[in-house]
Amino acid sequence: MSAEAIDGAALAQFESEARARKVGDASRGAGFALIGLAVLLAVWWVGGKIIADNPATANFAGFAPAPTFEKLWEMLESGFAWRMTWPSLMRIGAGLAWAIAIGVPLGIVIGRFRAAREASSVPFQFLRMISPLAWMPIAVLAFPSWDRAIIFLIGVAAVWPILFSTAHGFRRIDPAWFKVGRNLGARPWHMLFTIIMPAIAQDALAGIRLAVGVAWIVLVPAEFLGVTSGLGYSINDARDALEYDRLAATVVIIGVIGFSLDWICERAIRKASWAREE
Amino acid sequence: MTVASDRHRGRKPGAHIAVTGVSHRFRRNATYALTDVDFEIQPCEAVALVGRSGCGKSTLLHIMSGLTAPTKGEIRLDGALVKGPSPECVVMFQQPHLFPWMTVAQSVGLGLKFAGRPKKEIEARVHELLALVELDGYEKRNVQELSGGQQQRVALARSLAVHPEVLFLDEPFSALDLVTRRALQQDVRRIASEIGITLVIVTHDIPEAVTMADRAIVMAPNPGRIFDIVPIDLDDADRSERSAAAQAAQERLQKSFEGASGRSVELAAARLAGVETLRLAAAGQR
Repeated sequence: MSAEAIDGAALAQFESEARARKVGDASRGAGFALIGLAVLLAVWWVGGKIIADNPATANFAGFAPAPTFEKLWEMLESGFAWRMTWPSLMRIGAGLAWAIAIGVPLGIVIGRFRAAREASSVPFQFLRMISPLAWMPIAVLAFPSWDRAIIFLIGVAAVWPILFSTAHGFRRIDPAWFKVGRNLGARPWHMLFTIIMPAIAQDALAGIRLAVGVAWIVLVPAEFLGVTSGLGYSINDARDALEYDRLAATVVIIGVIGFSLDWICERAIRKASWAREE
Repeated sequence: MTVASDRHRGRKPGAHIAVTGVSHRFRRNATYALTDVDFEIQPCEAVALVGRSGCGKSTLLHIMSGLTAPTKGEIRLDGALVKGPSPECVVMFQQPHLFPWMTVAQSVGLGLKFAGRPKKEIEARVHELLALVELDGYEKRNVQELSGGQQQRVALARSLAVHPEVLFLDEPFSALDLVTRRALQQDVRRIASEIGITLVIVTHDIPEAVTMADRAIVMAPNPGRIFDIVPIDLDDADRSERSAAAQAAQERLQKSFEGASGRSVELAAARLAGVETLRLAAAGQR
């Protein structure tokens, strides 16, 4: 046991050093992120300047950073920004919920049964390659409301990464874990909730992260359809009203929310991940 | 032979195992991995299945534990037919196969959780077992933070938590260094004898068989079958490799082992010399 005590002390020291290194890495990473953001703003500002200085394009000067952020502030203050974001978030949430509810169980089945994997491989790859927006006319015919058609399009876009990642995660499970589980008296639901779910959580969430990205991209063009709410509608509406500052401000909102959603997913993946760094 | 059941009083004795007419053929394989294996193991006895790779000893262990159904024949545990795996006969493998997202306490309590035992009881039992395998205070640690030997101790505690009657060991310590391996061999034998369970060990390591088992069943390959049964009639105090009695037992078992694998006497002698070097190395490390 004394050897283990020494091990413990060494481990503690190693961990504190690793922590220190991590803090250093994090501050350096934040520094570079700020530089990147500054470059983006500078490019945007220069672009706005060129547009504003050219009499042929001066009408579009609203795209520049200054009017954009002014308008954005106004939209946030009046609550308009929130009113147009909320329906979009609801649609994204509903679409993703469907995609997860279908993708994860189907992924487990495909990962588990070779026959299911082989039978589904061609049709799924075929369906996956169809742009979700190509389903638009069908969705409009098939669903009674525009809202549901949009949710369907988001779901169609989001289901594939979830399904394939889950299947991949399942196939990475050590077969001995099932043997150990059976040996310790695990019933099927124990296998599912105590062994399979934690084992694939990381991969399934990685799929969900990809799905969120795709869904968020599909959302805007999908909201060009019929509906009179949401970020996609707002973009179209701003263009029609020639309010280019509002259009650019909406683009900023879309970017910020997309970034936040991805960040949340990344945190969730880190939380669910059990593989330790070497 | 030390009659194992004498050693334990006050607890239920480990199970009696009867292996009758067991033959096994893997799917699509023409040759049998095992043919007509018959033997019995007494309650609380410690038996080693010894042989070179390919003699079917691991297959036999899987069949005995219910993880694999034999092509022919049957296994009875205290007279009851074994139809599948159950917490009554737990298996420890070469790798600990712990679930990497669990803490030590969650790992050890897993079988009890599956059995639907109340939380309080699981906690108490986990505590008791961690003391038994000398990992007190490790409850909250993630299993990946432990050394290989500690992980194997957690796997041992996890196996014993479910009150098994038989503990099957499938070369459980071969991935560990010599010193850790020797310590675990002695600990497992001591613990099995303390709590009163039957022990079945698959190994190709002669000193391991002598340290752990009351009896060695030597198996021969092509097709897998029982070649010889060698009693290892030693007091626990004599099981250390340095004792003359242990060395004599090792030589006896080695001879049978070489006979089973059909190797020449010279090779056997060379192997014995190898064992000796290994033994000296072990002594040197202490």
